[in-house]
Amino acid sequence: MESGMLLPDLDGEDGAGFWAGTARGELLVQACGHCGAWRFPPRPMCPECRSLEIRWERASGQATVWSYVVAHPPLLPAYAELAPYNVIVVALDEDPRIRMVGNLLADPDGPINEIDPTSIRIGEAVRVVFQAVDDVTLPRWVRA
Amino acid sequence: MLKDQVAIAGIGQTAFGKGLPDTELSLACQAISLALDDAGIAPGTVDGLASFTMEPNREVDVARNVGLGDITFFSQVGYGGGAGCGVVVQAAMAIATGQCQVAVAWRARKRASKASRPWAQVPQRLADHWQWSRPFGLLRPVDEVAMLTRRYMHEFGATRDHLANVALAFRKHANRNPNATMHDKAMTRDDYMAARWISEPLCLFDNCLETDGALAIVLVAAERAPDLAHKPVYVHAGAQGLPRQHQTMINYFNDDPLLGPSWTAASRLWRDADFAPADVKVAQIYDAFSPLIPLSLEGYGFCERGEGAAFTEGGALEWPNGRLPTNTAGGGLSEAYVHGFNLVLEGVRQMRGTSTSQVDGADTCIVTSGEGVPTSALLLRS
Repeated sequence: MESGMLLPDLDGEDGAGFWAGTARGELLVQACGHCGAWRFPPRPMCPECRSLEIRWERASGQATVWSYVVAHPPLLPAYAELAPYNVIVVALDEDPRIRMVGNLLADPDGPINEIDPTSIRIGEAVRVVFQAVDDVTLPRWVRA
Repeated sequence: MLKDQVAIAGIGQTAFGKGLPDTELSLACQAISLALDDAGIAPGTVDGLASFTMEPNREVDVARNVGLGDITFFSQVGYGGGAGCGVVVQAAMAIATGQCQVAVAWRARKRASKASRPWAQVPQRLADHWQWSRPFGLLRPVDEVAMLTRRYMHEFGATRDHLANVALAFRKHANRNPNATMHDKAMTRDDYMAARWISEPLCLFDNCLETDGALAIVLVAAERAPDLAHKPVYVHAGAQGLPRQHQTMINYFNDDPLLGPSWTAASRLWRDADFAPADVKVAQIYDAFSPLIPLSLEGYGFCERGEGAAFTEGGALEWPNGRLPTNTAGGGLSEAYVHGFNLVLEGVRQMRGTSTSQVDGADTCIVTSGEGVPTSALLLRS
């Protein structure tokens, strides 16, 4: 891992489908193949109907900020270099109960420490962008 | 039900510090030995053991060192800081159901040990639930709790002044407790507000200490109470709590993340109790981070939802005049952070009447474990 970032196992049982999606520039949400209920994070069984059937559905990538923090050291070295940086939780427009952790960027290609953190507002609209880190594509967010 | 069938007969603890020379095994054995001596119970009669899944010392090693008897019950409870009261509950259940007669519950920890800080270990590919948070820089427990804290402030109007109320109250209590890490260090509101950020909105003083140390208690059936060296402290009720669709630490993925595990544990805790939150004279509430106090006050029914921050106003948490003196030995923020097990011992001292910030006439105490992870809680009475 050249970046020194903590990154997902792209072949993990639960996450592989999601991370394959981000690599194609798609934000995928796992849906139950039987009852259709969305769930995140992905997992083997639907808690609504206990079906093991899954399918992946593409989300619009439109969301709102649900909460945020600004991280300061002590942090792992790769993250400490960027501190202070923001981390946000977003709620997807299609189903606000589907929330994802990410970062708010000033620019789709920019770093996670560029936005003035005092300008971040809970409830503000954001849209997904995709950034490559080593061999992983992470979903991050810019103001909509 | 558990109600008063089991008594805590002995307590023991080592010194608290950073970089203590003793091994974790030695610390555990010292604390257990002190607790047995405090109870006046011989090691060979111990037949039950309970601790945390994160406890580094195995039952076999503890038993071989302290000279315990034939063990017929041993269990561990998971989820770090959520485990402490659950450990006591399981030991008490084992005695109440006859699986053992004399149980020891303990926690020993050295913060420098790698196993204590999994988030600080060498980066590896994440296949578990951390893959959904850590790649984005949400690395530490403080970051994960800060996320919920910001949302809590947004929804209910809590402020940093409320968090300061928590930190300052517990520091005052630590200043009265010679065993507390922060015994000699006063803190003002200005000190709090000037402290460096760790993960906004949380600053240094919203975070618990890093502590080496060990604590242990000894439990026996209540009918043995007349033989005990000290006034018995009864386990009046106990509960664990793992809410539906909960995720440990990064509980962002359900309908209402601020309705945490405290609410689930509380529903079970109060069901069998002979008293209600308004009757509780003193509280020991898990405080790895200051915002866990308002969240827990709400969950355990000391106030309505959203009113936990306002509850801290007017010195409500402070000995001697607050309406609910809380963490009277200083808590995780200012006494020691041993995964909250020190809160259990302070609860026992309050029921014995031996706290350094003793609440007059205290005969009921709540002790809680970590909010934000699968948790547990106890009601103690004298």
